[in-house]
Amino acid sequence: MSGVWVWIEQGDGKPLPASLEALGLARQLAGSDPVTALVFGQGVDSAAQAAIQSGADAVIKANDASLAAVRFEPYVALLDKLIAEQKPGVVLAAATADGRELMAGAAADAGAGVLTDVTELTLDGDTLRAVRPVNGGKVLRVESIQDAGPKFATLRARAFKALEPDAGRSGTITEVAPVLAEDAVSTTIESVEHEAGGVSLTDASIVVSAGRGVGGPDGFAPIRDLADVLHGALGASRAAVDAGWIPYEHQVGQTGKTVSPDLYIAIGISGAIQHQAGMRTAKVIVAINKDPDAPIFKLARYGIVGDLFEVVPALTEAFRKRLN
Amino acid sequence: MHVVVVTKNTPDTEATITVDANGGANWGDKMVVNPWDEYSITEAVLLKGAHNVKTTVLTVGTEQHAEALKHGLAIGIDQAVRVWDAALEGDDSLVYARAVAAAIKKLGDVGLVIFGKEFADSASDAHIYQVARLLGWTMLGFVAKIDAVDFAGGTIRVQRLTEHGTQTISGKLPAVISVVKDINEPKYPTFIGIRKAAKADIPVWSAADLGVDLGSGKVKVERYQELPRREGQVELIEGATAQDKAAALVDKLIEEKVL
Repeated sequence: MSGVWVWIEQGDGKPLPASLEALGLARQLAGSDPVTALVFGQGVDSAAQAAIQSGADAVIKANDASLAAVRFEPYVALLDKLIAEQKPGVVLAAATADGRELMAGAAADAGAGVLTDVTELTLDGDTLRAVRPVNGGKVLRVESIQDAGPKFATLRARAFKALEPDAGRSGTITEVAPVLAEDAVSTTIESVEHEAGGVSLTDASIVVSAGRGVGGPDGFAPIRDLADVLHGALGASRAAVDAGWIPYEHQVGQTGKTVSPDLYIAIGISGAIQHQAGMRTAKVIVAINKDPDAPIFKLARYGIVGDLFEVVPALTEAFRKRLN
Repeated sequence: MHVVVVTKNTPDTEATITVDANGGANWGDKMVVNPWDEYSITEAVLLKGAHNVKTTVLTVGTEQHAEALKHGLAIGIDQAVRVWDAALEGDDSLVYARAVAAAIKKLGDVGLVIFGKEFADSASDAHIYQVARLLGWTMLGFVAKIDAVDFAGGTIRVQRLTEHGTQTISGKLPAVISVVKDINEPKYPTFIGIRKAAKADIPVWSAADLGVDLGSGKVKVERYQELPRREGQVELIEGATAQDKAAALVDKLIEEKVL
C-alpha cells in the first residue's frame, strides 16, 4: 500500500488554503509515491485543476448533485469505497469541521487510526507520527500509528506550507460515481448563511482581536476598522462573547477557535491562559492594553500601554498611510 | 424515547502542565467536567423538560470519571452509567467509540446522542463521528442550535457552525450530535441536586456486559513535550501621543516584514 491521498475541501469552487497546505505536506510525505487529490462536489473541474497545480499527480473526482455540499453520509460512504478498493497508505484533510468528521468517519469504516488537528507530521515506512497540541494548547503530544493499512490525519490550518501553484504541472483525472443515491441520505441542507465580508479566522494571516476592554458592542467599531485596513479577521476573547457583544464564531481560545496568524493584535484583552491557548502560536503578537501588568504582555513581541480608543484609531490611520 | 449524553472528566482548565524527563505529563489532581460537556449535559436536561424523554449520562472511563456523571445527575439527568474495561487503556478514538456505541445499543430506544464539541484533554473529537458511523446513524456536528426535534416523527433540524457559515440542516433520528457553546447557558448543580447525585447507584458495564469486542487501538501516545518557549521580552512602544506610538509600531512591523 502506498501513496498519499488528500481530501480537498472547497469554498466557492476553490480549494480551501488549508487543503492546499495538505497537498504540500502530502508531496513531502509521498516521496516518489503518487499524491492523489479527492475532489467531490458539483462543478469541480476548476478545483481539480487547482489541486494538480498545487502538487497532486492524480485527481479522483466525483461530480454529482448529491455531493454538492459536504454531508457526512454520502461523503464517508464514497471515501470508504475508494479507500477499500485502492488502499492508500495515508489519507489527509484540513482539520476543519467537515474534515474532522469525514476523516474520523472513514477511519472508523477502515478500522484505522486517525490523528486529529496535527501541527507536525512525518511518515517513516509504515509509521505515521504526529505532534499535536492538547489540553487547550498547553502541552504537545507525540502520537503515532504503525500500520500497513490506511492511516488518517487532519492538519491544523497554517501549520504546513502549500506549494507555489505551477500551471505547467499535469495530472490524471479519474471520475467516479457517488455510492449513495440522494434518497438513501438521511440529511438535507436547507440553507447556509455567511457573514458578509468576514475573513475566515483560522486561515487569516492577520487577526485583530478585542476583549472586555472595548466596553460594549459599539467598542468593536474601531477594532473592525483596523481589521478591515489590514484585510485581517476579527477575533474576540471569551469575555466579549459571553457579554453578548460579538457572536461566538469570533471567539479565540480554549472554547473557541485556535489561530496561528503571522500577526495577532490583542486589544483590551488581559490574556487569560484559556485565551492564550487559542493564539500563542501566532508568529508576532502585539498587545494594546491600559494595564501594564496584563498577562498578555508576557506573550507579546510589541506592546502599547494606553487607552485603546485613542491608540486603535491612530493605528488604523498609520497603517492606512503606510500600506497605500 | 431516550436521550444519551456522553461525558468525562478532564484536567482543570486553570491547571499548569509540566512534562517529566520520561515524556509524561502532570496536570495536578483537580479534574472538572469536560468544559464542552457543560453545554451537552444542559441541552439533554432542556430536552427532557420539553419532551417526554428519559435521559442518561454515560462515561467510558475509570472511577475518576464518576464525578462527571454526578455533575450530570445533579443538574437533572435521570440516570448514569459508567463503562470500563482494561481494553480501554490508551487513547484510541475508535476503541472508545466501539464501547460507547455498544453501551448505547444496550440502553435501547435511544433517539439522540449528544456530545460536547471535543474532549478538552486530548483535543480530539474523532470518537464522536466514529460512534455515529458504527451505529449507522445521522451525524450532525458543531450544532449551535436545535431548531426542532420531533422524537415521535423521527426528525431533527439544527444549525451547524462550519468554516463556510451557519448551515441549517435537517435529518432523521436516531442521530448523534455535537454541540458548541452557542447552544445554551449551562446549568450548574444545586445543593439538593448534589445530595441526590451523591446517593445515586451507578452501574459499571464491562466489554463482556456489552457483548462487544473492543479490538486494539491503532493510535499510540508516545510522549508529551513542552511547548517551544516564546523568545525574548515584550518591547513597549513609547511615544508622546497615541499617534506617535502607532506610527512607531507600524514602522517596526514593516521593518520586520510582518506586513
